[in-house]
Amino acid sequence: MNTSTSLLKPIQTVGLEWRRVGKWGSLCGLAMVLTSLIGMPVGLDGRILIEGRLSLGYLSLIWLPLVFGYVVPKRIELEGVESTTYGLQDLLAGLCTGLVAALGPIVLIFGINNFNLRKPLINWSPKLFDLLTHGRGIGTGVIGWLVVCGLLGFAGGAIHLISGRMRRIFISVIFGLLFISILESAITDLSEGFGLESLTDRLYAKRGGLTGGSSLVLAAILGSLSFLLKGRVKRVTSRYKDMDGVQRQSVSLALIAVIVALSIVLPIFLGTIMNELLANVGLFLLLALGLNIVVGLAGILDLGYVAFFAVGGYTTAVLTSPESPWFAPELHFGIVLIIVVVIAGMTGLVIGAPVIRMRGDYLAIVTLGFGEIIRLLFLSDWLKPYFGGAQGITNVPPVNLGLAVVKGTDPRSVFYLVLVFCLLAIYVSWRLQGSRLGRAWMAIREDEQVAEAMGINTVNTKLMAFVVGAVLASFSGAILAAKVGSVFPNSFMILVSIIILVVVIVGGMGNIAGVLVGSFVLIGILGGPRQPGLLQEFQSFKLLIYGALLVFMMLKRPEGLVPSARRSQELHQEEFLQDAWLGDEEENEESPSAQGLLAANVVEDEEDNSL
Amino acid sequence: MNHLLEIFDLKVTFGGLDALSGLNFYVDEGEIVSVIGPNGAGKTTFFNTISGLIQPVEGDIHFEQESIIGLDPHQVTNLGIARTFQNVRLFPNMTILENVMVSQHCRTRQLIFGALFQTPAFKQEERDIRERALETLSFFGSRLIGYRLEQPAFVLSYANRRRLEIARAMATQPRLLLLDEPVAGMNPRETAELTGLISRLRSEWGFTIVMIEHDMRVVRDVSDRVVVLDHGIPIAQGTYDEVSSNADVIEAYLGRPVETQT
Repeated sequence: MNTSTSLLKPIQTVGLEWRRVGKWGSLCGLAMVLTSLIGMPVGLDGRILIEGRLSLGYLSLIWLPLVFGYVVPKRIELEGVESTTYGLQDLLAGLCTGLVAALGPIVLIFGINNFNLRKPLINWSPKLFDLLTHGRGIGTGVIGWLVVCGLLGFAGGAIHLISGRMRRIFISVIFGLLFISILESAITDLSEGFGLESLTDRLYAKRGGLTGGSSLVLAAILGSLSFLLKGRVKRVTSRYKDMDGVQRQSVSLALIAVIVALSIVLPIFLGTIMNELLANVGLFLLLALGLNIVVGLAGILDLGYVAFFAVGGYTTAVLTSPESPWFAPELHFGIVLIIVVVIAGMTGLVIGAPVIRMRGDYLAIVTLGFGEIIRLLFLSDWLKPYFGGAQGITNVPPVNLGLAVVKGTDPRSVFYLVLVFCLLAIYVSWRLQGSRLGRAWMAIREDEQVAEAMGINTVNTKLMAFVVGAVLASFSGAILAAKVGSVFPNSFMILVSIIILVVVIVGGMGNIAGVLVGSFVLIGILGGPRQPGLLQEFQSFKLLIYGALLVFMMLKRPEGLVPSARRSQELHQEEFLQDAWLGDEEENEESPSAQGLLAANVVEDEEDNSL
Repeated sequence: MNHLLEIFDLKVTFGGLDALSGLNFYVDEGEIVSVIGPNGAGKTTFFNTISGLIQPVEGDIHFEQESIIGLDPHQVTNLGIARTFQNVRLFPNMTILENVMVSQHCRTRQLIFGALFQTPAFKQEERDIRERALETLSFFGSRLIGYRLEQPAFVLSYANRRRLEIARAMATQPRLLLLDEPVAGMNPRETAELTGLISRLRSEWGFTIVMIEHDMRVVRDVSDRVVVLDHGIPIAQGTYDEVSSNADVIEAYLGRPVETQT
């Protein structure tokens, strides 16, 4: 037999991999038990997605067998090796995984029925029992879970069997429905603004959630849309990528103009809650853009970024509020902003100067400390006569801009104010990125010692990144103070720093569009540290989801949702190298005399290297 | 005559080990000097000390009659000493053009204000930086320009990385160029080509060059003077022919004949 052909033969799998099924199935069951015990199903049961069929609580459990059923039969595709085609045994694997997973909730049902573990496990409650058995007793519950998990696992396995196009339609229907039902409040709010209540009344049921009929209609629409749009989106994006510099720039500019116009027009049609949400997204976007300069461009891992947010807030409060305990000049917001810039810049220098000489982990830990120090100073009794201690400073007046007044009770005005500053921050990031300073930051991020040896004053350059970041954060703090009307030390917890960092990382470090998407997805949908997002029900599980999302992103897509070209090259170096070298071979014109020269040199070499 | 770079009794220690001791050295304007020596002789330490990455315990380094002891590496570069690294250290995720643009940092001035308001001075400076970068890169023929400009530096082949590193050092507009094993890892053809380029660096760009090199053919072909280091002490100095016949040098490289050892 010829060995080279036998290498390319498909690797035969020996029937069903029982060990794999057992392992992943029990993991899935365990995950379902844990999700139940942290209270997700019960807590989220009130949020109905499809009337009478599915609540967010059930969804938090049943997505698990579907995903595990998909993962278990999945095979690693090796280049150059033909993988086996998926077949019946994969359906069986999915089904068995689902059945094994069903043991999780079943054990839980019997457990709750027979033992009382309420003391250590708060969610070990009759409520959970009712939810798990659907209120119909143990027998129905057990059979129900076996059937549901088995079917979902089977469906997960079946995903491998259907064609790519079908899979795409299937996925877009599922996610489309999920999206529309989860964003119910946003959609109703928007449609009220446009006077389309009748449509949403028909779409959503009285007690929330899509009606059965409307979800079927929507599924049909989404499916056919995905069928019609097949490949179109990809074609458009690839055409955009193929454009040359000038053309691309003009298209990008047009896109930016559309987005800006939308963000100006849209809030007019939105209600108070949605505008409040947008204002929060804007505040965090402003922070994230600042942190993006510090972390994404200059590579300084600043975990105490909230300090500058606090400085901005407190400076504004002291200078504008009549209730400021020590010094209350009650200045106008416009003048205050200038002072805020100066003070934030100075704080940046004071904190930065000692910190910036450190590297890597040390720097992260020290900035973390400084972030807490600033908050504790504002909280301390020592500075209470100046900053009011735990009571903070209240009665910060709204911003009077002459034509309009920006105040917390009118979130639309706050959003517009934030929008102005976000646009400013985007402009600053964009311009600095392509300047001498931006290049120096990048060089420092790459290799600090070499950057220094190439004539870059690393201390000053890093300090500048720190100060620019500090100023942007302080703007956000100033607007927050005016919006909320008061500042308290506890609004500036370390958690804020962490969440902004997660926004930057998940969105796409070093990329403005990434940070934009990141803050909309995380702050808008999940919510900020204290600010509720679209999924208000998730409030108590927010940090869990943040954590899970961060871990997932680091494993599967470390470059973020919208990666900068540079970062994705960095993280996928090998693939990029292959492409670059393939391109090289076509273009490379080596001198034809290379061979002759080489031979001549070798001879010479032997004579000369005698030393 | 005043030397461009002059080193007096330089001593560098790591823990208890004398990496360099009692090193005296000079380079004149327009010279090409090679520093050779067996592994661990202190050649790279010598470069690191000149470029300010390591501070000496004793001794003094004068560049254009001014002491540069205690200056930060970027200040040394600013005075006109640029270097390359033995284990090529580019900015791998920056494009080839950016690598050369960024090293002009100390020769340019624009800061935040210029970038934000796109002042004419800023735009002019950006244009100049770009032009100078292209000019520097085209010194290496077509290897680093064209479609290469916008590619990240990590895609380059080993020899091209070495070339880019030299280009990056050239772009800091130095008077003295320190090359740490410029041809290491290159094949004979590439070595021959780079040998020619090193001579041209002096004749066309006016750089004075100090070079660490193990390839004796390159050393012979380009250097006016050769300094041999062993255990941190210069053991011989002179033209290539003088040095290569020096008994101490041969001993440092090959060891003593067996008879005398016993």
